[in-house]
Amino acid sequence: MSAAPISSSRRGLTVLLVAIVVVLAVAPLFLHRDSEFGGADGAAEGAIAEIAPDYQPWFSPVWEPPGGETESLLFALQAALGAGFIGYFFGLKRGARQSGR
Amino acid sequence: MSRKVIGSRVILCLAALLLAGGRVAWAAGSAAPQAMHIMEGFLPPAWAAFWFAVALPFWVLGFRRIRRLVAEKPETRLLLGLAGAFTFVLSALKLPSVTGSSSHPTGTGLGAILFGPLEMSILGTIALIFQALLIAHGGLTTLGANATSMAIVGPLVAFGVWRGLRDRLPQGWAVFLAAALADLITYVVTSAQLALAYPDPTGGFVAAFAKFGAIFAVTQVPLAISEGILTVLIFNALRSSAPAELQALGLKGA
Repeated sequence: MSAAPISSSRRGLTVLLVAIVVVLAVAPLFLHRDSEFGGADGAAEGAIAEIAPDYQPWFSPVWEPPGGETESLLFALQAALGAGFIGYFFGLKRGARQSGR
Repeated sequence: MSRKVIGSRVILCLAALLLAGGRVAWAAGSAAPQAMHIMEGFLPPAWAAFWFAVALPFWVLGFRRIRRLVAEKPETRLLLGLAGAFTFVLSALKLPSVTGSSSHPTGTGLGAILFGPLEMSILGTIALIFQALLIAHGGLTTLGANATSMAIVGPLVAFGVWRGLRDRLPQGWAVFLAAALADLITYVVTSAQLALAYPDPTGGFVAAFAKFGAIFAVTQVPLAISEGILTVLIFNALRSSAPAELQALGLKGA
């Protein structure tokens, strides 16, 4: 093993940090039980409509997912591509370390 | 008490404050969902062109820097992919926020710290093109504007904060602040871009900026904290897993 052993305090910090991210993402769901957590670009559209009611978008997307299901598929695909590469990277590094570089 | 322990306590207090603040904001009825990117066709042609003109030099220089980097230090290629992958993952995660709406982080802090803002302008723009073409999120006409906020100004801020703080704070804190502030500034720039294109009929730019800014201000703060933490986690993992690559980039390994 060439890597320095990870100290227990560092591991504790990692667990704490992950926990904070989870709490930040999950707590809102319980704070606002009546919300749908709409993300989306719809509302900025609303704000523009208020300030400039006559504005007509002059260009529409070349292609738009037919619905929410396909859109979530594509978002999942995007995340999977990224996460897949990150997993590959760290797996490769770990393998290289274990075989003594 | 060690610095680390104090640091964790500060984070916990911040989180508690935010949760409380989110509740208040919600009660005051200021909750509205918001956009991360400016939608297709939603900037008048002149502004769309203006932001392309702003982004173009960064793209040209960024492209050159990446080409040189890959030629001179081929061992950093994988790491370049990793920074791009991190942006891909983070900008696909629409996280619920304390205001009752969702938004997503940007993931641009990591690449800006590892490589620099010019290199990150290319990586961030690739993620934006993917979203504009496949998911109709953001757009091609607004690509210049969205790249300016997310792939250029965000990374510039991350890089500046990182360079300014890395010798003064523990490394983790410098990484955290760089990534979190890059996330926040991205939204500030987006509101400014919208306000420039759509000034309020009576209050002008300032009133419109306040309006667009208010839409996401509270929503984005917890997401910026999450983004900062996630960036610290992956940076720590890199320090122990890829010290040689970090060294090649002039960063200290574990």
